[in-house]
Amino acid sequence: MTLVTAKALEKTYIAGDITVRAIRGVDFTIEPASFVSFVGPSGSGKSTLLNMIGCLDPPTSGFLEVAGQDVTHLSSKDSARFRGKHIGFIFQDFNLIPVLTVFENVEYPLQMVQNWPKEKRRKRVQELLKSVGMADQGAKYPNQISGGQKQRVAVARALVTNAKLVLADEPTANLDSKTSNRIIELMKDMRDEFGTTFIFSTHDPKVMKNAETIFTLEDGRWEGGKVEG
Amino acid sequence: MEGGKPSTFNLNNLYKFMFSIFNLAIRNLRRYKRRTLLTSVLITLGVVAVLLFVSVSGSFKAMMIGQITDSMLGHLQVHRKGYLASIDSLPLDRNLKGKQVAEVKEILEGNDAVEAYSMRIKLGAMFSNFSETTNIRLNAVNPKQEMQTVPMLIDRIIKGKKQGLLEKGEILVPELIAKGMKVKIGDTIVLVATNKDGSVNGQPFVVRGILEGISGPGGRDGLIHLDDARALLRIEDREVSEISIRLKSMGRMNEVLDQLKDRLGPIKDKMGKPVFEVHTWEKLSPFFNIAEMIDLMTFFIKIMLVAIVLVSIMNVMIMAVYERINEIGTMAAIGTVPGKILSLFMVEGFLLGIFGTLIGVVVSLITIAGMNTAKISFNFGRQKGLLLSPTIALSDVVTVAGIVIAIAVLASLQPAWKAARMDPITALRHV
Repeated sequence: MTLVTAKALEKTYIAGDITVRAIRGVDFTIEPASFVSFVGPSGSGKSTLLNMIGCLDPPTSGFLEVAGQDVTHLSSKDSARFRGKHIGFIFQDFNLIPVLTVFENVEYPLQMVQNWPKEKRRKRVQELLKSVGMADQGAKYPNQISGGQKQRVAVARALVTNAKLVLADEPTANLDSKTSNRIIELMKDMRDEFGTTFIFSTHDPKVMKNAETIFTLEDGRWEGGKVEG
Repeated sequence: MEGGKPSTFNLNNLYKFMFSIFNLAIRNLRRYKRRTLLTSVLITLGVVAVLLFVSVSGSFKAMMIGQITDSMLGHLQVHRKGYLASIDSLPLDRNLKGKQVAEVKEILEGNDAVEAYSMRIKLGAMFSNFSETTNIRLNAVNPKQEMQTVPMLIDRIIKGKKQGLLEKGEILVPELIAKGMKVKIGDTIVLVATNKDGSVNGQPFVVRGILEGISGPGGRDGLIHLDDARALLRIEDREVSEISIRLKSMGRMNEVLDQLKDRLGPIKDKMGKPVFEVHTWEKLSPFFNIAEMIDLMTFFIKIMLVAIVLVSIMNVMIMAVYERINEIGTMAAIGTVPGKILSLFMVEGFLLGIFGTLIGVVVSLITIAGMNTAKISFNFGRQKGLLLSPTIALSDVVTVAGIVIAIAVLASLQPAWKAARMDPITALRHV
């Protein structure tokens, strides 16, 4: 059973008098526990595609199924619920909540989105912080840790809900190459440990080479189809 | 790996959710300490201004109303129809006849809201100390009835014996006339009055005491015994000019007014016109207009407070939303439903309101206590050294606090709504 299925997926933006066809009828499938990269130049539609898979932006037309559910026409509230249950996000700028500690940032989706009981929540957060090597940094605030550590926390936050799918938009763009490699390695380890599918967009050739499957986009279409890494 | 299933929604979950929302809101407020402090100080100042104004003006109002009703007018008065319109000339031909007085008496005796009533004859006379003469306005009363109806009257006797108010053949002279005519306690004076038939009669009186003048109608009248007035004016009937009524509770004034109007209204004279008129102290004293003005000023001060709270909280919350757009996008992206984002920002506004209000209430109560300890006095008209004793009712504190907190929540609604409705992608792209 595939985790993501897209058929004739399209996304069109209208900005004033200009109509931009960001995604032009792409078809693809992504299997569970895969490590996928969307690559392509700026404006090729990588982020738009990630946003549609992440139920942040509805498709203009076509069909999109994620984790066995048709997400083509979800309301904003249902999208939020679906994201909270099935999808984790890793952002380029880490996007940790500054008033929460590292522990609380990872705990946030369990507490504010999924209402897990306290004891279960704490146990799960500790497990995840240990897995990403941040177990001893839980009491620190985001401004007290490095960029690489922030991204580790973001990985833990994305995985803490047992998400089937983690979407990472340029996850290494704000990190040095050494840290970038560590983060990619960490994501791979997490994929191996939890069986989570990782889809990320990137420009970075060093990151691309770690991907097992690469989709190259140009002007909203696949360029040369899917490449198995 | 073991995962937790989302627990079902119940009251316990709501409590835990609210706790985490409050926790997050407090941290966000602490994040911008200076701004939170400044906004709270602004709300505090507004609350202090309103509560102090309400307490001082309310105390002044209550004191003046108390003085007017408890030492002069009573709560309600019954007259013969048309008497009040010509009260300046103290017309004796518009007195209530003995039969009419008996009718009113019977109604008052049967009303459980009435504590006491007093029959009065109001008259004008010439006041002579045997070397000089002046005009005087007099209230002739039954001392026992009068003391029950206006119990603070006795406190207005600034010289002379207070006990029993006065006896037959005695007069309480208003302060200004006593001073102008140089009369002292124990002096004999003569009152000369014209009755309604035009015949003149005179009678000697012993000065029993000096009566302090107060603002308002009848505030500078002298006092004699009702029987003396009847003798002086050669009135044989039990007629009176007015019946002053004291109620057990001032809060029932309008209710009793309606009851009296219902009972007395249908009584007509031979011409088919109503015999009686009933008025509350509010219609009899010009101070009521001042009291109404105080209420109006209080209302406008409250409007200003609402404006202060509304603008300051809205400003802070709009800034908070603008500065945290990216954060809102993150929260929305990871699955926080719009309702929870809305709650978070509204709780922040609520907490700002609570914080400012609590400090404001505490500062106000301390200031009010301080003013009472300092015993601040003031003058009102000719009345010197009135002691300012501000108090504030719990209901006023609760009302003001309630208004401020409600406005704080209301003011944060628009920014919170904006945050909750924000498109996650746009928010995440915001720099």
